[in-house]
Amino acid sequence: MSIRILLVISLTALLFGCSSDKVKDDAPAAVEDLTSQQANAGETEDTNAQAYGTDDSSTSGFSQLDDPQSPLSVRVIYFEYDSSEIRSEYRSAIEAHAAYLSQNADTTVTLEGHADERGSREYNLALGERRAQSIKQQMLILGASSSQIRLVSYGEERPEVDGHDEASWQQNRRVEILY
Amino acid sequence: MKVTFKFFIASLMFVSLQTQAVLDIKITQGIEQALPIAIVPFGWSQAGNVAPVDLTRVITDDLKRSGRFDVMDDLDLPQRPTKFDAINFNDWRKLGMENILIGNLTQTENGDYDVSFRLIDVYRGKQIAGFRIPAKPNLLRRVAHQISDIVFEKLTGTAGAFDTRVAYITVKKVNDKKTHTLQLADADGYNAQILLESPEPLLSPAWSPNGKEIAYVSFEGRNSAIYVQDISTGKRERVAAFEGINSAPSWSPEGSRLAMTLSKDGNTEIYIMSLHSKTLKRMTVHGGIDTEPTWSPDGRKLAFTSDRSGGPQIYEMDIRGGQPKRVSFEGNYNVRPSYSPDGKFITLVHAVNGSYHIGLLDLSNGYINTLTDAKLDESPSFAPNGGMIIYATTGVRGAQLAAVSVDGRIHQRLGLQQGDVREPAWGPFLK
Repeated sequence: MSIRILLVISLTALLFGCSSDKVKDDAPAAVEDLTSQQANAGETEDTNAQAYGTDDSSTSGFSQLDDPQSPLSVRVIYFEYDSSEIRSEYRSAIEAHAAYLSQNADTTVTLEGHADERGSREYNLALGERRAQSIKQQMLILGASSSQIRLVSYGEERPEVDGHDEASWQQNRRVEILY
Repeated sequence: MKVTFKFFIASLMFVSLQTQAVLDIKITQGIEQALPIAIVPFGWSQAGNVAPVDLTRVITDDLKRSGRFDVMDDLDLPQRPTKFDAINFNDWRKLGMENILIGNLTQTENGDYDVSFRLIDVYRGKQIAGFRIPAKPNLLRRVAHQISDIVFEKLTGTAGAFDTRVAYITVKKVNDKKTHTLQLADADGYNAQILLESPEPLLSPAWSPNGKEIAYVSFEGRNSAIYVQDISTGKRERVAAFEGINSAPSWSPEGSRLAMTLSKDGNTEIYIMSLHSKTLKRMTVHGGIDTEPTWSPDGRKLAFTSDRSGGPQIYEMDIRGGQPKRVSFEGNYNVRPSYSPDGKFITLVHAVNGSYHIGLLDLSNGYINTLTDAKLDESPSFAPNGGMIIYATTGVRGAQLAAVSVDGRIHQRLGLQQGDVREPAWGPFLK
């Protein structure tokens, strides 16, 4: 039993390496005293969570945006050829971004539209903007406000992938959601 | 050009200098009924020294490159006269040669040059054209191109476009960092000069009708903006940097206005800006994409790309306003229109079965003639004489420039040594 608890604590220490020193110090106590150990375990978790948040605050602070499990982690929306229609698979991601924006009125986002290299550069510039525009419209319907969203189109000028085939083109027809 | 102008603004560099890269032009396909001509090496007054420019070479390359001339091999010349009186016409007639070009290069007392030449009709034994042109040393290549233009016009009946320049964009990628440049070169690829260098994308160079300024789109401010730059001084002005897209500049034929695409009012629409007052006149009102405006040579109409009917097609509208009229109907993707100098045709990008070719739309009947056959051709631009169309094509070596005659029979490839070359714009006749 106590070994298992020690293991849990060590794992926690591994996961949140930043506060490992503290966890190491606490660990013997946890092994010795079951009751205080349980309290300690809870405390350790809290401490670790805090430590994580404190560490991250130097950049942007812990938020849903950093959670790889959240639909907010979807930051690139891909499109069909010459189309600005949003595919159904991206519905939940766009809903999540819109909800996040409406809950965080101070947050702004840039929607950066892109196109694949086929056809003319100027038409693709317009197409990239229309793709970004269609995501913006969706976000506005879902509660984001217009002042939070900036649009920019690069057309085909900034491909994600340099190839001249469908596999590359697929990855270049996109809107990037940049916080 | 020896003089170097340097302006450093933020991370951008404007340089007017000769670059090492020279366009290497190859004719990939010519026509069968090429006109025979012999170009005799020009006489040179300082026979002991090497001539500053090999005029004969430049003229020979021009005429060969056009695909319209069959230039006699230097080794086959029966004689090398430099004066009319020295021509032995029978020697040339026996070989079936119809036209010969002779000339002289002389250095004057003050270090300048005199170029004289005669174009001769062998069968009639008469001079077709003869000129003497004084030239500064740095203009000798231009004089050679001017001679090519005269020969071309006298023998084909249409003006030559050898003494012209081409603007284009290059992109080089080193260690994942891209460098974009706006460059100019003579129509034969020589004298390449950098007008602008930027880490951000550049596109859509457009010549002013007098050939003194170039408008273009730059992303240097993290969004598209339209600039107008004076070619000789490097001075430039940002004329459009509204919210959204600022792109696709096209000069009015008299040079006082720019048609452009702006999305400041919600989505891409066509506007005309007066360059003097910077006032805008909105030309289109539609929820679809409207872009790539281009002025008809008579200044009365704009052609542009719109997807208001579904896929992108070409429309024309009166400059005074009114309902745009669709003019392209063949295929489901027609973009990037540009009028021929006589206003009767529009060159465009025309997709057929997923391949993007350069097409020529006949405005009298709506028929589109496909001129090229690579998979990713774009940015067609007419030579000012209307005979050739320069465009960008993507091959195994990346994007390169190519040219095709309007009848589709002559194909040229213009290969730069390294990096992508794209967005060519053929400049006006130099005055």
